[in-house]
Amino acid sequence: MSTPDTTPLVSLRNVSKRFANGTLALQGMSLDCGEHDFISFLGPSGCGKSTALRLIAGLTRISSGDMRWSTAPASGSAGKIDRDLGFVFQEPTLMPWAKVFDNVWLPLKLTGVSRDAAAPVVAQALEMVGLSRFADVYPRELSGGMKMRVSIARALVTRPRLLLMDEPFAALDEMTRIKLNNDLLAIWREHRFSVIFVTHSVYESVYLSNRIVVMAARPGRVIDEIRIDEPYPRGEAFRTSSRYNAHCQSVSQALHGALHDVDH
Amino acid sequence: MTSITEAAATAMPEPDRAPTTEELKARDDALQRRDTLLRVAVPAAVICGLLALWEAVVRLYQIPHYILPAPSLIFSTLIENWETLAPALWFTVKLTLLALFAAIVGGVLLAIAFALFKWVEIGLFPIAVILQVTPIIAIAPLILIYVSSTTAALLLCAWIVAFFPILSNTVIGLKSADSNLRDLFTLYKASPWQTFRYLLVPSALPYFMAGLKIAGGLSLIGAVVAEFTAGTAGRETGLASRILESSFRTEIPMMFAALFLVSLLGIVIFLVFAGLSRAVLGHWHESEMKKER
Repeated sequence: MSTPDTTPLVSLRNVSKRFANGTLALQGMSLDCGEHDFISFLGPSGCGKSTALRLIAGLTRISSGDMRWSTAPASGSAGKIDRDLGFVFQEPTLMPWAKVFDNVWLPLKLTGVSRDAAAPVVAQALEMVGLSRFADVYPRELSGGMKMRVSIARALVTRPRLLLMDEPFAALDEMTRIKLNNDLLAIWREHRFSVIFVTHSVYESVYLSNRIVVMAARPGRVIDEIRIDEPYPRGEAFRTSSRYNAHCQSVSQALHGALHDVDH
Repeated sequence: MTSITEAAATAMPEPDRAPTTEELKARDDALQRRDTLLRVAVPAAVICGLLALWEAVVRLYQIPHYILPAPSLIFSTLIENWETLAPALWFTVKLTLLALFAAIVGGVLLAIAFALFKWVEIGLFPIAVILQVTPIIAIAPLILIYVSSTTAALLLCAWIVAFFPILSNTVIGLKSADSNLRDLFTLYKASPWQTFRYLLVPSALPYFMAGLKIAGGLSLIGAVVAEFTAGTAGRETGLASRILESSFRTEIPMMFAALFLVSLLGIVIFLVFAGLSRAVLGHWHESEMKKER
């Protein structure tokens, strides 16, 4: 977990994003993501949570403000930023023409790792998500939950220090979602990377994260940060505990403040 | 309780035991074979029936062969004149395939240029549309005047017709790559070549194959139309010249024989590309997958 004396993995200072059409998607966001943090961005649609994630991933440019990576050279904006991250989209985003193995191999293939050299690493990543037996099938043969597991394996195959997830389980049924939540926590605990997880579910954010960034819309901005200081591993006992309910309640209240802002 | 189970048993008679996996598979295979057989047998029966009806009508009403020849006469004409028809068929095959090959090369290269450079597309797309919408039969006489070699002129006509579907389909295909997958390639700093090779080409493949199926048929149409315009000029001539020639001589059975070969060629081209499409896309693309519902 992040402590003030360790250098954050990535830090945002007063970061804003204005789209070409003039919409202010994100206003003055500041955030330090430390080693082995599990941060959720929680908020209604249009609050800039996905935009913030894409900014961190480098998929869209910052309009103003500053972003620094612990591994980056001293100055962030001008020098090339070495982003050590994996990204999981809302959809599994697999290549339908490629088998599971080839989908997971892709990030390594693009950096020049041969199929043979990648094989053990890909096998490990697939084992992590419990799909060892499915390396040789096409994505269409898998269920929605399994496709998402392949997507997670692909994001983790490069062993990134930061995993960015954009509402990854939103389209899944409740049972699959709970199972994937538990498995994600187990992998996160074992491999000690950091996660930034975008969600609109209060329950999911409380269950998973140690920090919840509550955001509001129009313009997209951070209105609160809530720490969930509960020990891991978290399981069914936590999910049914009164402390879990209390956390959900306080996060909901913060979120309702955000929704109230929108109405006025 | 007993009475209820008995009632259920009489209402829905069940076999003594559940069928084994092998039995189920054998049953599925048998159904599959029957389905495949019928898919060939039914259309074949329809065609045979129509031919028999044609033969019967011609014989029954004693229609003269210079008005409508019977299928049997067309067939014997085909055999008797094979020595003049075979080189004509071969010439049309060569012309069609060459034009198609040139259309694939030209269409794909231009599509890549369109997808990579916006201004190439903006500048050249109207030209491609003009070529496409102007009926080939209207341009063919001009081409025949300006291009000295008749074969080259014919080739050019067939190419103009076949190239547009390849171009427009490949352009759409190259642009249709999933935007999240594009982001993924950006995230992993893929080179333009890697993005092209591993993302754009596979995404465009189903569209290209659809274009190829259309272009295959169109290149034959282009070749035949151009040859009609050229008349029987040129050292080598194809099936269209045979049709034209026999129409001058009112050799109707010969016209039908040449027409039959043109159709046959079109069918073979269609089947080859449909098979190719299935072979290339069958394992992943919706359009070519066998569905069980």
